[in-house]
Amino acid sequence: MSSVNTVLAGKKGGLRVGYVLVALLLIFALFGAWIAPYDATLVNLDDRLLPASTSHWLGTDHLGRDVLSRLIVGTQWSLGSVVLVLGLVLILGVTIGGIAGIVGGKVDMFLMRLCDMFLTFPTLVLAFFLIALLGTGLTNVIIAIALSHWAWYARMVRGMVLAQRNRDYVLASRLSGASRLTRLRQHVMPNVVGQLLVLASMDIGHMMLHVSGLSFLGLGVSPPTPEWGVMINDSKEFIWTHPQLLLWPGLMIFISVMAFNLLGDALRDRLDPSVLAEIKE
Amino acid sequence: MLRYIVLRLLLLIPVLLGVSLIVFVLLHLGNGDPALDYLRLSQIPPTDVALAEARHALGLDRPLVEQYVSWLWNAVHLDFGTSYITGRPVLDDVLYYLPATLQLGGLALLVTLLMSIPLGLAAARWKGRWPDQVVRFITFIGVSMPNFWLAFLLIALLSLWLGWLPPMGRGGPQHLVMPVLAIALMSMSINARLLRASLLDVRQQRHVFYARARGLNERRVWRDHILRNAWMPLVTATGMHVGELLGGALVIETIFAWPGIGRFAVSAVLNRDFPVMQCFTLLLTTLLVLCNLVVDICYAWLDPRTRLSGVMA
Repeated sequence: MSSVNTVLAGKKGGLRVGYVLVALLLIFALFGAWIAPYDATLVNLDDRLLPASTSHWLGTDHLGRDVLSRLIVGTQWSLGSVVLVLGLVLILGVTIGGIAGIVGGKVDMFLMRLCDMFLTFPTLVLAFFLIALLGTGLTNVIIAIALSHWAWYARMVRGMVLAQRNRDYVLASRLSGASRLTRLRQHVMPNVVGQLLVLASMDIGHMMLHVSGLSFLGLGVSPPTPEWGVMINDSKEFIWTHPQLLLWPGLMIFISVMAFNLLGDALRDRLDPSVLAEIKE
Repeated sequence: MLRYIVLRLLLLIPVLLGVSLIVFVLLHLGNGDPALDYLRLSQIPPTDVALAEARHALGLDRPLVEQYVSWLWNAVHLDFGTSYITGRPVLDDVLYYLPATLQLGGLALLVTLLMSIPLGLAAARWKGRWPDQVVRFITFIGVSMPNFWLAFLLIALLSLWLGWLPPMGRGGPQHLVMPVLAIALMSMSINARLLRASLLDVRQQRHVFYARARGLNERRVWRDHILRNAWMPLVTATGMHVGELLGGALVIETIFAWPGIGRFAVSAVLNRDFPVMQCFTLLLTTLLVLCNLVVDICYAWLDPRTRLSGVMA
């Protein structure tokens, strides 16, 4: 327990474990096709549902595909979709929240009421509704999840912009004659983006759970693609005979989310002084 | 207090209007043609005449504003139209499936509160000692665990291996254990962490120091001076968890063959059955709004300061 505790509590330890795991996931995502021992989509009905062995470390699935290869190649789908969701959310959040904070007045009012409306929906219910409109498929799931998450970020960005605007160094640059655009570009936005990335790093794990959940329901990636959520959905009728088929992809999701949470927690502890004060106690 | 509640109830009207407007606008921004979907699901060949007739029957040939007003008028009178697939009134179907989902979601909320409070308290009370470490370990696992995977793990362990619980269906309380656990673990973990952090924060404030200086015993200090202040963030967070728990119930019930609205909604999504999706979205959102209202009222009751500022704002 104490070793677990040092890993979890030690900010450095958590950060280190988080870094290593995320680096590993990135390598899988970028070079998965070369690392994987087999072709992840190669169907081989003679080798169906094999147990783990030296040739298939984690066995094969109901279509004789190598599970380990599918897990490795699946990283790019699971991780890639989360990166895209995050990118979309950040673009929407920074644009809309930034405009609201900078322009102010009626525009601000309108945009914030719009955010409130979007925040009223239960996230998954809104995502369901959007997927019904857009149709199923990975791209649409990514858009749907981004559209059901952006409002929170827009509010945060607006708050940050407002907080930054009256900082002394921003006022100083205004006094020294910097134009509004320069002030925004050089002083306000860099700080906002920094804080925002920390917040986002804490949210990646959560988004990953949403994406994989929708894939699991069969609304995202279509089956031959080795995405982890779909792999679980694919093998759910084998739970009685081959429960290990459900175990591995879930473990991959779990480990990835854990890695991002470790990283996010550690980053937050490092960067946010108010939280740091609380932990020092 | 009454004044606050009435004001908050009045504020619901613009919120729900906004929600309905977003649902309506998104529906019309969508890339599909509802008339085409209607014909497909009714298995009528989409000739030009049939399309025009369907558009007229669905009211799609009228101006948008008129469509919105008449749609809203019907919705207020609990008429959400008929399903493209079954041809039955949508509301009947949704209300038929909804109670089972609410049972899961509601129980998960109860479990979330009942488990997170003792866990958070124990962790803060014995900070750094073994209860704290156990709680932190559990909650750390809890916030990273995909709920649908947890559901399968529970089935594998408790049904397949130990044979203690039925793996699916709805019946006695034994059917509830696994789905409710799978739904609640995430929110429970977040709440326990939040309560722990909040307790540790309040514990070092001056009024607690003063309470101790007055010679109050440890029990009273914790009950009256630490806990009463520390659980406010928990109340706020609970409001946010309601939405997540509902979403969790939608996913988890498909695994346990629980006869709730999840499976129904997924098939409506796959078939693009828009009346069903509208009704489903509006109803669940309204439910969440009402839950949040209850949470806010609890908050105002617990913390009189918000009553004043809430009404002013």
